[in-house]
Amino acid sequence: MGAVTVIQTSYNLSNPLISNFVVGTILRDMTILELAPTITAIVFAGKVGSNIAGELGTMRIKEQIDALEVMGINSISYLVLPKIIATILMYPLLVIIAGFLSIYGGFLTGTSMGLISPENYIYGIRINFNTYTIIFAIYKSLTFAFLISSISSYKGFYTSGGALEVGKSSTNAVTDSCIAILITDYFLARVLLN
Amino acid sequence: MIEFKNITKSFKNKIILNNISGKFEKGKINLIIGTSGTGKSILLKCIVGLITPNNGKIFFDGRNFTNENKNLKVEIRREIGMLFQGSALFDSQDIETNVMFPLNMLTNMSKKEKLERVNFCLKKVGLENINKKFPSEISGGMKKRVGLARAIVNKSKYLFCDEPNSGLDPQTSLKMDTLIQEITYEYNITTIIVTHDMNSVLDIGDFIFFLNHGKKIWEGNLNNIFKSNLKILKNFIFTGNLSKIKNRK
Repeated sequence: MGAVTVIQTSYNLSNPLISNFVVGTILRDMTILELAPTITAIVFAGKVGSNIAGELGTMRIKEQIDALEVMGINSISYLVLPKIIATILMYPLLVIIAGFLSIYGGFLTGTSMGLISPENYIYGIRINFNTYTIIFAIYKSLTFAFLISSISSYKGFYTSGGALEVGKSSTNAVTDSCIAILITDYFLARVLLN
Repeated sequence: MIEFKNITKSFKNKIILNNISGKFEKGKINLIIGTSGTGKSILLKCIVGLITPNNGKIFFDGRNFTNENKNLKVEIRREIGMLFQGSALFDSQDIETNVMFPLNMLTNMSKKEKLERVNFCLKKVGLENINKKFPSEISGGMKKRVGLARAIVNKSKYLFCDEPNSGLDPQTSLKMDTLIQEITYEYNITTIIVTHDMNSVLDIGDFIFFLNHGKKIWEGNLNNIFKSNLKILKNFIFTGNLSKIKNRK
């Protein structure tokens, strides 16, 4: 993400009056505000969301959830809650790693292709840095993590039928999570950056 | 003893169970029989609380299972062991952990006590030295027996079995029936089995409850079932090839 952003931003900034350190600044803000939390969330929904829905859906059709209920165990607390907590705890860490790799990838690409000097890139990513953008990214990460885990769990938990329906639940979990992520992304930006 | 009164259940205006009442005695093997799609499994799931009936009341030894008291429901459910049609073993856990699961969740037993109990139950169902295998590594018959071990590991008062013989060969079916019979009599538990296997009815049925199109048609013991003049019941019992061969002789 960082590498592509650096190449495309450099390509569009052909004006000699604008210093190329702006490339680093644009990449920093894009990564922190949008790329790291949102693009990672969409990939995360595809990987982890479908996994959660598939696992719970299979447990449902193989009567394993019924077995828990018959034993007097609250199946939602036992199966769903740990998944939501684990996702909320771990997803922000993933976003931090994604953000770091994006900025570092931009640095490697920009300097190796001669699009920007290392000094200008580092100057660009440090200038006018607003720490609130990090807080905003963390808020987004926590919200997206909750959405992905809860939507996927819901889709999986309430699967009925057979193997075909498990596949449908997995697909629905990913598509519904992605739609929810994009809609929430808009509202979060509108509320928290206004 | 399990008693249920006026159980009615419908899905999208289609009546599956129509005002069914009955009583299952302690220490006996109670069979719910009937043709496929007649509502046997739905009745069983209503009794254990997996499906909420539209109407009716269910009592476990006089305790109302259908009232709003959640604590009482959980208390009763912890006395229930159930063997599911597909065994319902947890795929990610080995056999030992599967059987130990109710003990881990519902008791304060020490690790050693739990392990002893698990090994005892596995031995009871004729499965030893498979503790560390996973469900995907054992046969269908073995899965059913592990499911039975898990159902009795917490010293259940009530044992429910949903088609314990489905998908098993006649010999393994007979073993399963014998196991359920031994366990019921030895621990004096109330056992309810949903089946359409006439061999099970003949081998282990103490009390038989016949359903047809969501209605109770007949109930009684094994001796009376052959004396019944009900055409539907006779058709059900004597459809099998074995009875035809018997008649030829």
